Amino acid sequence: MSVTEATAARPGRPLTAFRRRFEGRRAGQVACLLLALLLLVVVFGPLVAPYGASEIVGIPYSGPSGSHWLGTDYLGHDVLSRVLDGGRSVVAYALLAMATAYGVGGVAGLVAGLRGGLVDATLMRLMDVILAFPPILLLLVLASGVGGSTAILVAGVALVNVPGIARVVRAATAEVATRSYVEAAVARGAGTVPILRHDVLPNIAATVAADAGTRFAISILLAASMNFLGVGIEPPSPDWAVMMTENRSGLTLQPWALLAPALLLATLTVTVSVVADVLTREEER
Amino acid sequence: MAGVKRQSLGGLVARRVGIAVVLLWIVSLLVFAATQVLPGDTASAILGKTATPDSLAQLRAQLGLDRPLLQQYTDWLGGLLHGDLGRSLAAGLPVGDLIGDRVGATLTLAAVTLVLLVPLALLLGVLTGTRRDGKLDQVVSWITLAGVAVPEFVTGTLLALLLATWLGWLPAVSLIPPGESPLAHPQYMVLPVLTLLVAGLASTVRLVRVGVAQAAAADYTEMARLSGIPERRVVRRWVLPNALAAGVQVIALTAQWLVGGIVIVETVFQYPGIGQTLVQSVQSQDIPVVQAVALLIAAIYVLLNLLADIALVLLVPRLRSAR
Repeated sequence: MSVTEATAARPGRPLTAFRRRFEGRRAGQVACLLLALLLLVVVFGPLVAPYGASEIVGIPYSGPSGSHWLGTDYLGHDVLSRVLDGGRSVVAYALLAMATAYGVGGVAGLVAGLRGGLVDATLMRLMDVILAFPPILLLLVLASGVGGSTAILVAGVALVNVPGIARVVRAATAEVATRSYVEAAVARGAGTVPILRHDVLPNIAATVAADAGTRFAISILLAASMNFLGVGIEPPSPDWAVMMTENRSGLTLQPWALLAPALLLATLTVTVSVVADVLTREEER
Repeated sequence: MAGVKRQSLGGLVARRVGIAVVLLWIVSLLVFAATQVLPGDTASAILGKTATPDSLAQLRAQLGLDRPLLQQYTDWLGGLLHGDLGRSLAAGLPVGDLIGDRVGATLTLAAVTLVLLVPLALLLGVLTGTRRDGKLDQVVSWITLAGVAVPEFVTGTLLALLLATWLGWLPAVSLIPPGESPLAHPQYMVLPVLTLLVAGLASTVRLVRVGVAQAAAADYTEMARLSGIPERRVVRRWVLPNALAAGVQVIALTAQWLVGGIVIVETVFQYPGIGQTLVQSVQSQDIPVVQAVALLIAAIYVLLNLLADIALVLLVPRLRSAR
């Protein structure tokens, strides 16, 4: 149903459609605005940071002052500068993992949906096996071979997302594959790639993209958790989650070093979830 | 009739148990494979930069890493089945000795959380589900949204800042002396349990609320209301049993989430459980410990899922006859 709806909505400008979804949803509007502001900070923050993120500027764990609004961290870095710099990695690795997951899960889903039969069954059982593993455990086991790295972080978070994406793509593809226009294209001898490009992909795109926001929220959450556990980004580089680990010992001495990244991370995940929620709900109607 | 029913029930349970065993076997394969396929084996991790080809080969032989992979796997699995969890590379101790006390601490944390979580989730779910869009419902739905969205380590840190740093009511870290039960030090359990509850309630209350709301709007409930049965009784007779079914799902869902949640919460509060051990051994690439603890956690997880599945199978026929 959502497929036909999306096909009908396609000629309209996406921005108008986007705006219409937030009509009459005060919470959604506020979340959208906050998220936009936060993303501005994430992207342009490093440009306005008063100090370098890895620059030692004072005594470790000194409280907020005129020259250091949020004080300093465990090594004497400026907390404000690190916070302005530390959002990029949070968003970037989640996006990278999402792109990887959509690539792998998308291909798996398309193959399963178009081929059916044994290929379909094998692929889907494989997805079930991945789902049987609690995500954090899967990521930790993956990371244990190398003691953690950003490549494993991206691959692991992607892997957690793959089964869900593959299932959605498979279901949408299997449904579209039985439509008369696809059968007609097969009958007139069109190749698999042109059929995919012209007939299948445009018609499953909306369904597949419907829960992209939710997946983004989950990806941020998982990647941040891994970074917090110390098996992702290497500690000297600024990252909100890493900051919360490295400054843990300053909990009583310099709470701002923890509070600032914690609040930013919380705002990011909540606003992404609320916006994703609004987008998904509208899609279901 | 009854005989037929019982037989099918037994068959169902047997099948679920069979699936759980197969799942665990696959998990053991995955755990073993994931810790093997990546570059940099255990020997090079131990020796680090001081490694020479000779010392590497010697250590590999000593650790049994020169055996064929298949043999390493069967030896490992055989050892597990006989209660031999392997030997820690970092501590040089048997893994069993290393995590013995910690298993208890983690299970205590999980049990205390579940004992508080399930009734609370049912209560809040019923209260919000029967009075939808009321004040409480709105407040709870906002809190649950935040609880689902915010990572546990952020919730935990914020709670520690509030209750330990500013109010000074609780210790910020759970430094339970080794060998002592966490239950003997309740003040160290409050923050970890509270953090798990905030995150756990968020997802479970939603689930119960939806179940209750559906039951409250169902035809049979409407019928009971129209027959003049007081609302209180309607809730108790028709709505609550359905909430109970949701409660079983809550346990299954919680089991999945709890595994990750506990690992993180133990790290946040330095709670001496196997989750903390897992994280530390991942960081130090102590592969035997990672393998044993990961499999242990997966086993607990599969077992909890199995119990919830069986409970649901046992509960549902009765509920179906009520529909």
